[in-house]
Amino acid sequence: MKNKLEEIRAKSLAAIQEALDPSALDAVRVQYLGKKGSLSAVLKQLGSVSPEERPAMGQLANEVRAKIEAALNERGKALQDALLERKLREETLDVTIPGKAVETGAKHPLQIVWDECVDIFVGMGFQVAEGPEVELSTYDFDKLNIPEGHTVREWTDTFYITEDEKVHLRCQTSPVQVRVMEQQKPPIRIISPGRVYRKDEIDATHSPMFHQLEGLVVDKGITMGDLKGCLDVMLKRLYGPETVTRFRPHHFPFTEPSCEVDIQCFECHGAGCRVCKGEGWIELLGAGMVHPKVLSGCGIDPDEYSGFAFGVGLERLVMRRFSISDLRLLFDNDVRFLRQFS
Amino acid sequence: MKLSRNWLDEFTRVGVSDKEFCDRMTMSGSKVETLDVLGEDITNVVAGKVTEIVRHPDSDHLWVCQVEVGRDKPVQIVTGAQNVQQGDLVPVALDGSTLPGDKRIEKGVLRGVPSEGMLCSLGELGLTVNDYPYAIADGIFILQEPCEVGQDIREVVGLRDSVVDFEITNNRPDCLSVRGLAREAAATFDTPLDLPEPKVKGSGDSILNYLDVDILEPDLCPRYTARFVKNVRIAPSPEWMRRRLRASGIRPINNIVDITNYVMLEYGQPMHSFDYRCITGSHILVRRANKGEQMATLDGSPRTLTPDMLVIADEKKAIGLAGVMGGENSEITEDTTAVVFESANFNGTSIRRTAIALGMRTDASSRFEKGLDPLGTLPAVERACELVELLDAGDVVDGVIDVVARDSAPRKLRLEPEKIDRLLGIEPSPEYMRRVLEKLGFTFDGDEMTIPSWRGDVEHYSDIAEEVARFYGYDRIPATAFRGVITQGGLTEKQTLEQSCRRLCRDMGFHEILTYSFIGQSDNDLSGMPADHPLRDSFRILNPLGEDSAVMRTTLLSTLLKSLALNNNRRNRDVKLFDLGKVYLKDDASPLARETRHLALGAYGEGGEFYAMKGAVEAVLRLMRVREPEFRACGDHYAYHPGRCAKICAADGRELGVFGEIHPNVRANYGIADPLCAAELDFDALCACRGEDPQYVPLPRFPAVLRDLAVVCDEEITVCRLEKCIREAGGDLLKAVDFFDVYRGLPIAPGKKSVAFSLSFRGEDRSLKDGDIEPHMNAILEALESQLGAKLR
Repeated sequence: MKNKLEEIRAKSLAAIQEALDPSALDAVRVQYLGKKGSLSAVLKQLGSVSPEERPAMGQLANEVRAKIEAALNERGKALQDALLERKLREETLDVTIPGKAVETGAKHPLQIVWDECVDIFVGMGFQVAEGPEVELSTYDFDKLNIPEGHTVREWTDTFYITEDEKVHLRCQTSPVQVRVMEQQKPPIRIISPGRVYRKDEIDATHSPMFHQLEGLVVDKGITMGDLKGCLDVMLKRLYGPETVTRFRPHHFPFTEPSCEVDIQCFECHGAGCRVCKGEGWIELLGAGMVHPKVLSGCGIDPDEYSGFAFGVGLERLVMRRFSISDLRLLFDNDVRFLRQFS
Repeated sequence: MKLSRNWLDEFTRVGVSDKEFCDRMTMSGSKVETLDVLGEDITNVVAGKVTEIVRHPDSDHLWVCQVEVGRDKPVQIVTGAQNVQQGDLVPVALDGSTLPGDKRIEKGVLRGVPSEGMLCSLGELGLTVNDYPYAIADGIFILQEPCEVGQDIREVVGLRDSVVDFEITNNRPDCLSVRGLAREAAATFDTPLDLPEPKVKGSGDSILNYLDVDILEPDLCPRYTARFVKNVRIAPSPEWMRRRLRASGIRPINNIVDITNYVMLEYGQPMHSFDYRCITGSHILVRRANKGEQMATLDGSPRTLTPDMLVIADEKKAIGLAGVMGGENSEITEDTTAVVFESANFNGTSIRRTAIALGMRTDASSRFEKGLDPLGTLPAVERACELVELLDAGDVVDGVIDVVARDSAPRKLRLEPEKIDRLLGIEPSPEYMRRVLEKLGFTFDGDEMTIPSWRGDVEHYSDIAEEVARFYGYDRIPATAFRGVITQGGLTEKQTLEQSCRRLCRDMGFHEILTYSFIGQSDNDLSGMPADHPLRDSFRILNPLGEDSAVMRTTLLSTLLKSLALNNNRRNRDVKLFDLGKVYLKDDASPLARETRHLALGAYGEGGEFYAMKGAVEAVLRLMRVREPEFRACGDHYAYHPGRCAKICAADGRELGVFGEIHPNVRANYGIADPLCAAELDFDALCACRGEDPQYVPLPRFPAVLRDLAVVCDEEITVCRLEKCIREAGGDLLKAVDFFDVYRGLPIAPGKKSVAFSLSFRGEDRSLKDGDIEPHMNAILEALESQLGAKLR
């Protein structure tokens, strides 16, 4: 009997290894372990074995069964794995075929720069103030120290809505300063991005409508040094920590002292090249200490408070940032242009 | 303002390189636009003396010259010019020399005769007959200037100079002059400043014997100063004067005219000279022009004047357009024998408006329009007369007519260093401040300053702070972080929503566009807006660039369609665009606009169908938490397909916007062949009806039972009505009704449709059984049939 069991073990294990697919393996299982299988047949003879040998034989039979079952399982798993592997191999895709398109829309380049600027200043404790674009001359001119007769008030420069010149399209974002100062007591820290209008024919660098970002800080003890510090932060955030700035005296009616701010040309680092038209510097924005007349006109005592203001044309930043040479592209809205900013 | 550095040196010697000069002047507030180093392109050209000239042996028009150029022996040069004589001094371009226009001269052989270089004409040196009236244009420049053989020609003809062009800000008309810039330069470089006072000898007689002046418009002409010169000898002005005029960009004409221009450049005070014999009645009147008055200006153009314009007139006629240009009728000519010099102060705005109205901005008007020194008229006229005497151009008659119609008192300010320090964040010493200010012409009496008359821009200590700071150096002011109370930055809720909405639209595949706020009425026509539509009542720009940009938009639709059309015309496929911008609506309560933000979406090609657009609109409504918006079919919107357009209404009935397929006629107006859809939502209204922030609702504990339901009904019954009916009849256990299909065609009868819904029932406290649902399904079917005639399919 022992020999029979050993024979079953050897034959079955060999048959298991020879089975090439799950159904063949199943046949092996039935042949050896089934109710009418070889092992059952041998076990039926267990009764004829002497009682002394019976436990050992029983144990051996169980060992053989366990062995066969383990081999069946192992082989079964291997066959399944092989089958799956073959199937998966057949499912191989060309991963270089382009994915199914999910087009997301692009942010307009102007909005990119707008949002960046807003982020920078919000981080410095600024709020975003808004004001009307169809504006009263009081706010856009009178209270900004731009008296009647000033050249920007000419009909050749400003778009008028009323004959009496009291209502026009604002030509700067500065009237928002006045509106905020009239309504809010210092400390004031606002920026005001928005549309402004000037009577310029459309060309590669001019547009009758463009965008400015105005900034205003009013508090006790605000100095010109603070203005420099604030704009330094902004320009370094926009153009990188290596940015070199230059503050140069200039004139604006609503600030005193006033300055223009240049950044050193990225291309030539100040030596002078075609990008900066040989100057080594690129003019970027105008700024200054809020004119005492403007402060007092808004009910803020210039002897107690001081402040600074700045204004920057966003289109100029956008064009520089993305190397766009023609302003008109920004207003064309050709998707081949827009998609580039996705 | 073009400044010759040679001229500047006359008043303050700044011995630094051109680069340093430009850099430091820029940093002290006089921004340099360009630097022109004269004669930069002329090298190796010298003055030579022709010692021998013979005919070329093999040519009937060439000459062979021996020219001394300061070397051991003369050089031989072949020339084709016919005006050279033995003994002439001529410019000689030697072998390897360069001339303006990137020309390079090398030795060569002309018809067998070697030539060591070239003799130069005026033009070849970049000069004109105006610079050297004694020379001829088409021939060699025969020098009459004092010079030595071999001397660099740039020195001989005054090309050893640098001309710096400054951008002068509007508040500093005093810097539109050499003397003004000399003050700036002396303060910038801390160099000694010498501004001599003009001295006129005079020749007896009295101006009062010759001239009367009356100002009839004191507001437009606060001051008029005049002097008289007789026995005028018209001639070219001397070379040094012509050279300086030329460097400053002014064409030399004759001694008298050149003197007026020279003084304008030197003092910044425009001047004019009248031919005395043309002044009828020997009486000058400063008056307004009569309506329609005619006058020909010096440039030969006839001008029609208006009473807004100020003229200089005699008793009969206008002889000059005040502050802009003289009249042709009183022009200085070759035979002029007596001259009136005018040096006046005019109202800047008036001059500017006249110049703009006539389209003739001149050197004079661009100075006057900025408001000139009221005390500047006298020194200028004195200087002109001094120059007349220096040039021997005539006899200056004694006496000055100086009519002061409006007096101007000198302004005074106290120097308050501590206030200046506080504004700038630096502490320059009071002595430093004083030194800078004195250089600029401020005078002190203790702490009290008298502001120079030419500095009309200075009126407050902040102005003084700027004067100090710009010479102290803006770059030396340390950049600091502002102190004080911490303020809370950030966006308002609406600003944040705007950002989120933009992001959602982009995520849905719409590209953000940028459009103009103004359109033309024709754009409204294109979009199909009827002529009497209320949205036509818009803000009009009275002085637009053109009719196509004359009205402020009241809808975003026309600019959106324009952008879609541009893409369509450029054959860009599958385009989806959005615009979140303002419209400008009339407001009865205010002279200003009700500036309202709208969101416009538009698409054609893939994603441009009606339900795709509706899906996008619904996504926006969800983002804005508009609760239970209602879509009402809208058959009468001017721009949309009458059967494919819906108004969007809030639960309270307020209109939030409209969307749909664009009407084929409107589409055709834009030349778009394919269907396209658009939507326009009132973003401010969406913000206003935004729902509460969400609160957590416990997740259902029991599974839902789903039942599909398909009913057949008439075409006119909308899905919305079916759904509403189902909801009302469905009872508490009905939790969701989801439309999923509509079918038309066999076996459904014509004029009918089959609509399918998926219904979801759920109990709060148990799993539902069929028996729980049956009565509700029956109730639903009964309601559908009785109310809407819809039968189970």
